[in-house]
Amino acid sequence: MEIYAALKVIWALLLGFLLTGLAVMVGMDMGVGTLLRFVGSNDAERRAALNMIGPHWDGNQVWFILGGGAIFAAFPTLYATSFSTFYIVMIVLLFSMILRPVAFEYRSKIEATRWRETWDWAFLISGAVPMIIYGAAVGNVLQGVGFHFSWDGQYYQDESFIWYLLNPFALLCGVLSLSLSVFEGGAMLMMRGEEPLYGRARGFAIGGGSLAALLFVIGGIWVQFIKGFAYFGPVDPAAPATPLGGPAVVMREGAWMDNFHAHPILWLVPAIGLFGMIAGPLALAARRPILGWWLGALAWIGTIGTVGGAMFPFLMPSTTKSSQSLSVWNASGSAYNLAWMLAFALVFTPVIVAYTSWAFHLMRGKVRPQPTPGDEHLY
Amino acid sequence: MINPTVVELSRLQFALTALYHFLFVPLTLGLSVLLAAMETVYVITGKPLYKEMTQFWGRLFGINFAIGVATGLTMEFEFGTNWSMYSHFVGDVFGTPLAIEGLMAFFMESTFVGLMFFGWERLSKPAHLAVTYLVALGSNLSALWILIANGFMQDPVGARFDPNTMRMEFTNFGALVFNDDAQAKFVHTTIAGFVTAAMFVMGVSAFYLLRRQHRGFAARSFRIAALFGLISSLAVVTLGDALGRLDYLLQRPKLAAIEGLWHTTTPPYAPEKIFAIPDDETQRDIVSIGVPYVLTPLVTHSWTTSIPGIDALERAAKPKIVKGIAAVTALEAYAKTKSPAALAAFRKYENDMGYGLLAERFAPEEDLNKIAKRDLPSIVNRTARATIPNVFVEFWSFRLMVALGFAFIVVFAFAAYWSLKNELEKHPWVLKVAMWSIPLPVLVCEYGWIVAEAGRQPWSVYGWLPTFTSASTHSVGYMVFSLLGFVTLYSAFIAAELYLMFKYARLGPGYRGTAAEAVAPPPAHGQPGYADRPWE
Repeated sequence: MEIYAALKVIWALLLGFLLTGLAVMVGMDMGVGTLLRFVGSNDAERRAALNMIGPHWDGNQVWFILGGGAIFAAFPTLYATSFSTFYIVMIVLLFSMILRPVAFEYRSKIEATRWRETWDWAFLISGAVPMIIYGAAVGNVLQGVGFHFSWDGQYYQDESFIWYLLNPFALLCGVLSLSLSVFEGGAMLMMRGEEPLYGRARGFAIGGGSLAALLFVIGGIWVQFIKGFAYFGPVDPAAPATPLGGPAVVMREGAWMDNFHAHPILWLVPAIGLFGMIAGPLALAARRPILGWWLGALAWIGTIGTVGGAMFPFLMPSTTKSSQSLSVWNASGSAYNLAWMLAFALVFTPVIVAYTSWAFHLMRGKVRPQPTPGDEHLY
Repeated sequence: MINPTVVELSRLQFALTALYHFLFVPLTLGLSVLLAAMETVYVITGKPLYKEMTQFWGRLFGINFAIGVATGLTMEFEFGTNWSMYSHFVGDVFGTPLAIEGLMAFFMESTFVGLMFFGWERLSKPAHLAVTYLVALGSNLSALWILIANGFMQDPVGARFDPNTMRMEFTNFGALVFNDDAQAKFVHTTIAGFVTAAMFVMGVSAFYLLRRQHRGFAARSFRIAALFGLISSLAVVTLGDALGRLDYLLQRPKLAAIEGLWHTTTPPYAPEKIFAIPDDETQRDIVSIGVPYVLTPLVTHSWTTSIPGIDALERAAKPKIVKGIAAVTALEAYAKTKSPAALAAFRKYENDMGYGLLAERFAPEEDLNKIAKRDLPSIVNRTARATIPNVFVEFWSFRLMVALGFAFIVVFAFAAYWSLKNELEKHPWVLKVAMWSIPLPVLVCEYGWIVAEAGRQPWSVYGWLPTFTSASTHSVGYMVFSLLGFVTLYSAFIAAELYLMFKYARLGPGYRGTAAEAVAPPPAHGQPGYADRPWE
């Protein structure tokens, strides 16, 4: 394989890694935000819940920022086209995401019920809305998006935005993503919380994980009947990256299963995901939150891996001009750029994983509700 | 077809969200370094006063940091949501420093900021100090990579346009990172952040000294900030001069606009305009007062070099525009036919293609192929006029920035002098000036942003991609929706931020509780909610 093609594949895998990191780490915090109003019956309990992820939410959020930066650099045309075609959805996502840092820092700084209640709603919105949007966006991409390019590389949108969120398959994916985040958030609350918060979190998490398993199976069956995309004839993976003048692409039902038929070993990926979704709730039922959390991470790996495995090499197919569908081959950066970024990623990813783990290890242990703020009860 | 209203609204939204984000960034940059300095003193001397100092200013840092992070999220995604052509055109080289910023700096800053706040009990003194250092390092490294990305917009080195992929492709990592503009701007911006933080700490301390509260704490904070601010405000001016010189070398229209040079100068007499009302419509000054013999040495560092004025710059742009139109039409032919002849025609004028793209908005139906021969001169003239940024905005943003920058040196000098003589309380006017100056450095940073970015217009990538061509093809409705949302949300944020900042500054150091007493004056020391503070 040519080096350029290999770099493109490596960056597609790294993109998957980043999206998984985002889903696991940010998803956990979003799950806590979503559950905040339901697991904490009074202010002290809610504050305890917030302080469980208090030292970490900011670092976790960088997965989201890094995801944006990496798509920008490694797949510039995907970044430009997807963020613009999903404009309204992206803006709603941004509005809900930017509520969260402010909510953490400001909520408990004023002792007024209305102030804190308002921010608790902000936590619910900034937890649930982004998770639904992430999932729904993936659901839409699986069905293809209406766009085409002019000769100079500018995109044009061919569909109204409303269809990008409000279709049943996308909503299913959105709820799946929310359920997994509730599962991970609940597991975290169990790790660092005590009764009665512990018990409530356990109930929600088991429910979330089980619902995810159900939706994952339904979604898997549904995909067979969705029009997938496939290249018609040979493709040059090492060609200069441009969506203009690419080879023909066909749309047909079940095309997303082609990779699974060609490489049966890929079936392991959804199997791993489903295993995580079934074993995770069982672990929580057995009061093993740490094990449950890791099984939840496995569920995310399986889910995102399944989508990636089904779509590869496509990233965002076009329903209105299928030959301009964005793929790993035609939407990536140049070889020079991908190589430099890979060097940075190889050096810094292990460092990041190391200090993130250390931070979690350092701040381990139970957080108890207490009446006034302290060094470890800041929020 | 590009809708000009959508472009204008996209620009408005970007300017609003970037300027808003930049209200909080300088304080984060500078205060993180000041916190590291205060904690260093604590670890070396072991005096609890300095721990309290770190914790109190750290609390205000946290309020500011959160909103900086929140509004930074917008910036990372707004290129993609609103500037699709820009992102496609330069993502291969511009996206890279942004990604590296995440990997190298932002992850570090954000992970350790959590430990900085939550880790006092669980970390040894030196380990906590190391954590604070990593937060300061992360914040400032973050600024470095962002400004490397911005440097590429100002002076696109390290990349080459590829007609096969229709974008600029990354060719030289070293050139991108060691771009003169990026390096000078990084130092200028971070030190401007130090000035902002110094003024903030000094001003809040002055407030306590005026009210005779927390006197030991406030006097020491004041002194650290005054000295730090004096050195920083002197340094920031020298780097500003370096940046001005880079504009003279690389972005002459920006320099001409800053200095209000409608005509090429006659050295060495050329006056530096102190006051003027430049009129962009008629290209002349309505009023103008200048000091002769100052401008030439100031900008060129020589007595004999003349500086090209706007008239000369427009003349010089015209041949580039004609060649650029030929380049872009050849590029379009190549994109559609892949004919080697079209490629050869493009290669001949490829370095001027940006000027061809700039002419598109004046062409019939924005199509360069539809320009009739007799219309060409008028289109070239209009395009040449468009290469000049808004003179009024540049002229005044620059002057306000510089005037206030010099004023800060004076304020810090007086403050440091009376602070070192321990006679601050005898000179309440110094304290009052310090207190009322708190917002001024923030304002100056905003002016600096405007000088740099409005002065880059009409380009998003200088000389290569016009801002007009860069925007996403949204409808006006989309833009109204997002703009209204940002305005609503950001207004609520700033109200909450200011309220909390005032409240926690009033409550003062030593306060531990959540403060239902926000409305009442702070309780006296020794009462519940306040720690034991032997140094008062």
